[in-house]
Parts: sequence; C-alpha cells; structure tokens
Amino acid sequence: MTAFAKITATETKLFLRSPFMAVAGLLLPAVLLLAIGAIPGMTKPSEVTGGYRFIDAWVPSLIVMSLAMLALQSIPAAVAAYREQGVLRRLATTPVHPANLLGAQLLIHVVVALAGIGLVLGLADAVYDVPLPKHPVSFALTLVLGTVSMFALGLVAAAVARTARAAGAIAMVAFVPAMFFGGVYLPRPLLPEVVRRIGDYVPPGSQSLQDAWVGTGVQPLQLVVLAAFAVTGTALAARLFRWE
Amino acid sequence: MPLIEVTDLRKSYGSRVAVHGVSFTVERGEIFGILGTNGAGKTTTVECLQGLRRADGGTISVLGLDPVADRAALTRRVGVQLQESRLPAKLRVREALELFASFYPDPADVDVLLDRLGLREHACRSFGKLSGGQKQRVSVALALVGQPELAILDELTTGLDPHARRETWELVEGIRATGVTVLLVTHFMDEAERLCDRVAIFDAGRVVATGTPGGLRQSVNASTLDDAFVSLTRSAR
Repeated sequence: MTAFAKITATETKLFLRSPFMAVAGLLLPAVLLLAIGAIPGMTKPSEVTGGYRFIDAWVPSLIVMSLAMLALQSIPAAVAAYREQGVLRRLATTPVHPANLLGAQLLIHVVVALAGIGLVLGLADAVYDVPLPKHPVSFALTLVLGTVSMFALGLVAAAVARTARAAGAIAMVAFVPAMFFGGVYLPRPLLPEVVRRIGDYVPPGSQSLQDAWVGTGVQPLQLVVLAAFAVTGTALAARLFRWE
Repeated sequence: MPLIEVTDLRKSYGSRVAVHGVSFTVERGEIFGILGTNGAGKTTTVECLQGLRRADGGTISVLGLDPVADRAALTRRVGVQLQESRLPAKLRVREALELFASFYPDPADVDVLLDRLGLREHACRSFGKLSGGQKQRVSVALALVGQPELAILDELTTGLDPHARRETWELVEGIRATGVTVLLVTHFMDEAERLCDRVAIFDAGRVVATGTPGGLRQSVNASTLDDAFVSLTRSAR
C-alpha cells in the first residue's frame, strides 16, 4: 500500500472513531429533511415559496448545511489539531510530506459531504417526490464549485489558526453567513429581498443549486462569483498554510 | 568522517539570535548529548540538522548530506522523536507503527519493535490512554521504525517519573547497542552523565564546552556534571 493510501485508511478509521462529525455531516441534513417533511403543510405548494412546496425550496439549504458542517467546522478543527499536536511537524521529518495527511483529510470530508448530499437527494425523491435536478450538468457544476469554495475557506481557517479551538472560531466567520444566506436558519423565500440577493453569491451557491434543480437555468454571474471564491480561497489557503 | 559535522551554525528569528556560531561533530556509534537550559539554542540546532529549518550561516553535514538540499534522502536514514509531538488520541499503538512503517523503504518489523520496546501488551490501546512513559516508548518506536542510522531524541524523559526515566535510559542504551548513533537533546545532567559518551554544552546560542562527561567535570574540578554545567555556563555569561 502506498503511504497516501495507508494514511487515508488510518485517517478514515480515526474519523469513524470520533463519529460526531461524520454523523452530523452525513445524517443530520437527512434527518432534518424527514422531520420538516413530517410537518403538515410543508409538502403542499405555497404562495410564499413562489408556488413550490416548502420542502422543494429547502433541499438546497440542506446541501448547504452538509457542506458547511464538514468544510467549515470539521476539517478546519481536524487539520489545526494536527498542527497543534505536532503531527504535521512529526510527518515533516519522515519521507512522507504532511500534504499527504491534508489530502487524506480532504478526501474523507468530501466523500462524506457528497454521501450526505446524495442521501438528501435520494430521500427527497423517494419520500417527498422532490424530483432530481432538472439540469444535472449545471447542478453538478454548481456543486463542484460550491464544494471547492467551501473547503478552500475551511482550509484558510485551518491555515491561520494555531489551535483546533481557534480554527473553529475563525471558520465561524464563514460558517454563520453560509448557513444564514443559504437559508438553513430561515428558509430563503422568507428572507428579505436584499438578503436573498446577497445570498445568491455566497458559497456554496444555494440559489444556483435551486435554479439548476427546478430547471429555471443558473445565472452565469453567480457561477463566476462562486468560481472566484473557489480560486481565491484555494490560492489563499495554499499561500497561508504552514506545515509546522 | 564524522556522522554529523556542524561548523559555525548561525540562526536568528527576526532580531533574536537563537544560534550564534555553533560547531561540533558526532562520531558514528556514539551517544552524543546536546545539553543546555531552555532557550540555549538546542532545539533550533536540532531542527537545522533535520532540515526543518534553514540555517542563516555555517555548514551542516549529516550522514554526508545537506539537511536542506538532500532532505528527502536524509529523512529515510534519520529517525526523530520530537519534543511535544503527540499522536491522535484515538490512534492505536500498532496502527501508529504500521502507518509510519509504510513511509520507509525498508522498515523494521512492527512486531519485533513492539517486543523490543515492551509495547506488545499495549499494541491495541489508544495513544491517548497510555501513560507518559508508554507514550515516550511509542515515540521512540516511531523514530526507529525506519531502521535509521541516526536517532535524534529531543527531551525524551521530560515529564516522566523516575522509574519511567530509568526504563527509557535502558532503551536508549539498547538503541546504541544495535549500532544506531544517538543524538540526545536534554537539560537533565544525570541523564547525560549516565548515557552520553560525549556532550556539547549549549549556553545562550553558543557551545561553551565539548567533551566526555568525566572530562568536563575534571576541567572545572566539579564532582558532578551538574556542578560542571553550572560552572561552565556561568563563566560564559
């Protein structure tokens, strides 16, 4: 087994041994979907949500939640803890660069996030007849850009924080707006117009996800802004990251 | 040729000078001690030897390699135990050894290493649940898993109780007995006296004396290395 494969296997075991984050990122959005769906009226078309059912409008917000928890809470804390404990430094004295550990962490978190999103999509379709995205290509594109931008922001937090605690606090700066503008705290259709317009451009791009979903077409400008977040965030994280 | 040769090493952090023209050599097969109080420049020197830091001036040769330019080659042949480096609390002892073994081209047998360091019965325990002495034995095992020619052990017994310290000393003697050269960084004089063939005494970023523990005692008419250390570092101030 290569060192990277071995690190990934070991990190996966460790991830599953502290299952709180795994459970939160993977299952909480799905559980919330089922809970909200069980409330009468949530699965009926409503004028507030522009003729859609509430549940249709809320599924993109559940995607935001899954990404935010894994990219802006779990991974910054995990990576900063490795720096704080001297694990990155210890690895730097071996033939294997600590970037392998970062790569393994990213891989695990992205897989769990996508699994959580897949679960939400599957359940929404199977239980509440929320149809799968009408524009799968632009949906996938938005999801890729949204995922990269969120994880890049998470790694910026991990890059500048000296401790796991500090990483969590710094990542909150992105976590709260992502959740708020993404409609997790209050459904997006209920947000004031100006807040909603700003939210159109906040990673991970819940409006674009929604547009791709219902088939009204994704606004190119929103994707460009999302891509800018992804590129700038990645560059910033790479520049700021310290292995020691 | 010496295994380690450091000549006029200099390193500053901003305006603070950490290492101020340090020179010493370490021969193959010896236990060499780097002694000094906190802030004497010990750790900075060792970090330069490992290629973790780039020196501002002077030359370093470790196993005939330049630690910065030949870092990849060096990491395969040098085992390291770092001061204040922990492992993830939920990582088990055997998993840690197997993980680190996968990093090296010709690793030691993990089972043999577990037996040698008395970790066999703890192989399935999590790092976070081990005692201080057991944790140190694991970090020594990780330093040895790549079958290094040189082991660098930084503040190995800090925080250990007297029993665990003595066990760890026996371990270090055992490492040398297998032909591995040991560079021991410590601020414990009894430890250096017991283990080291030769020591370099660091003070305020300089080497103030180099020699055998016995020779250093005699040079200042001290009865213990502790007294010799105090006398040597005081005269340098």
